Amino acid sequence: MRAVIEIDHVTKRFGDFVAVNDATFEIGEGEFFSMLGPSGCGKTTTLRMIAGFEQPTQGAIRLEGVDVSRVPPYKRNVNTVFQQYALFPHMSVWDNVAFGPRSRKVPKVETARRVDELLEVVRLTEFAKRRPAQLSGGQQQRVALARALVNFPKALLLDEPLGALDLKLRQVMQFELKRIQREVGITFIYVTHDQEEALTMSDRIAVMNAGDVEQIGTPTSIYDAPETVFVAGFIGQANLWPGRVVNRDGAHAVVVAAGAELLAECRTFDARPSADVTLMVRPERVMVSLDEPAAELSRMRATVRDLTFQGPLVRLTMATPAEEPVVANVGHDADLPLLRPGDPVWVSWSRDAACVLPPADVPLTAAELIEEG
Amino acid sequence: MARNEQTGIRAARWYVPYLLLLPGIAWLGAFFIVPMASMFQTSLDGGLGNYSTVIADNSEVIRRTFVFAATATLTCIAIGYPLAYFIATRGGRYKNVLLALVVLPFFVTYLVRTLAWKVLLFDGGPVVGILQDVGILGPDEGLLNTDIGVIGALTYNFLPFMVLPIYVSLEKIDRRLLEAGSDLYASPFRAFRKVTLPLSLPGVFAGTLLTFIPIAGDFVNADLLGSDQQTMIGNIIERNFGQEFFRPELSALSFMLMAVILVAVLVYARLLGTEEIA
Repeated sequence: MRAVIEIDHVTKRFGDFVAVNDATFEIGEGEFFSMLGPSGCGKTTTLRMIAGFEQPTQGAIRLEGVDVSRVPPYKRNVNTVFQQYALFPHMSVWDNVAFGPRSRKVPKVETARRVDELLEVVRLTEFAKRRPAQLSGGQQQRVALARALVNFPKALLLDEPLGALDLKLRQVMQFELKRIQREVGITFIYVTHDQEEALTMSDRIAVMNAGDVEQIGTPTSIYDAPETVFVAGFIGQANLWPGRVVNRDGAHAVVVAAGAELLAECRTFDARPSADVTLMVRPERVMVSLDEPAAELSRMRATVRDLTFQGPLVRLTMATPAEEPVVANVGHDADLPLLRPGDPVWVSWSRDAACVLPPADVPLTAAELIEEG
Repeated sequence: MARNEQTGIRAARWYVPYLLLLPGIAWLGAFFIVPMASMFQTSLDGGLGNYSTVIADNSEVIRRTFVFAATATLTCIAIGYPLAYFIATRGGRYKNVLLALVVLPFFVTYLVRTLAWKVLLFDGGPVVGILQDVGILGPDEGLLNTDIGVIGALTYNFLPFMVLPIYVSLEKIDRRLLEAGSDLYASPFRAFRKVTLPLSLPGVFAGTLLTFIPIAGDFVNADLLGSDQQTMIGNIIERNFGQEFFRPELSALSFMLMAVILVAVLVYARLLGTEEIA
């Protein structure tokens, strides 16, 4: 995969505040690449540096091999879909889309052909003469998309483009964005704080936290093999217990955590015996039963604390005898009687469901385990 | 309307909003509409001929009035727009201080400000001296009793009414629109021409109304700084006011002034494109 954009040891400081700390990664041609993280993690600053609105304090940004770190935005062949769209309110939809080609002095006939074509791609042909204010949020979103794509940029930068839309429309637009990206084959760099959105749409995700790139990988690898406690907690839900390795055999380890000896896999973190670690188990991998589970499973006794009905599944919040919280998402086929808070149960999971992570920087709290992301 | 039996909430009566208009309507009716009607009636004393007479008698003054007003207004835009632009975009935390400085001279009364110009512009004064030294004015030329002197003072006196509305419209422009322009390959100049300028036109329009209309009716500047050669319509009306004999003519002159301004404003609004004024 050829790199369209290279972020090379880029640091951005605003005064004393480090917004982006020594980021290095590449984005390939035709890739749908997401930068994911909580607000203030540096994802938008990174995007603005690629667009040219901010300049890196240190490091270089290369566009197709050429260092553009000091090139102004209007001389860079990348385009942005802004968070609130930033459509020109005094121009029709058609003129908004034609703005880029006209700036670059594309011949009139060619401009008209491209604008009409892009309005067709985003299905807004019959709205061409309207002003942005006369359109719905979803339609404005598509104008912003057409206005950027009409320039055939090397990369399209999207800054939380669906943030202003309601849930239903957001899901429709996620699908639309993927369709359009396949249709035009342009690299998309997508900034979001919504982990579900990133998992659904991306080829690769960079998870960012407090200015650092914590992990880059495909949605599956980030979900199944997080490298840090932050990534495990931010993407999806996770049971995270502090623990200690007592035995290590190849990829397998035995970890003492939550008051029990548990089997786990070392996928991303090479933990030596007696090392402090964090043990992660996704709630959907936790099985809940009344009878004692089979011996080859990791298992613990637990007491039910709370049940939450969530439609397709029930979330069970439990506590181990050592008062460590355990969360399980249980489907309706789990064949459980009606449980009540205080009921004793067994929780268990197979070895491949548990993953050994580095110790957490800060002590874990129960609240983090229930974090929705 | 009846009280709702269950809730006890009474529906608003339809005429309540109109009650709020009442004081304004009464005031305007008593002190604007009635005097205007009476003035219009006076202007017709002796027939429509009053209009052709005052226009014929004062054609030079009428032409000069609108040339002065237009020139001063354009100068206000030429000076006021860059000033407002600077304050809005580069003012930073000094924005309010800079705006206060624009308005500060207006804490001094209009008459004193205009008289101060007389002190500045007199022959042998500092301004004339410097302009003579650099050769803009000849050795025998001055600024008092010239068109430039009067237009300069009119510009000065009405400048804040141009600066403030333009500032407000520039300040309102979403910075991200300029980023979007830059992102879409527009150079800073093109971004200004295609985004900033059209979006600030409502401010220019409001500023023009606030300067052109009072300047066209002004008499103080021409009176204090000009001679017979700078007389404006306002001076004619002011000089002859109270002399019974001229009443129909003066009324006709006033109405004509109003009509021309109205037409000028409508033409201007059309030219600027009312559609742009969102």
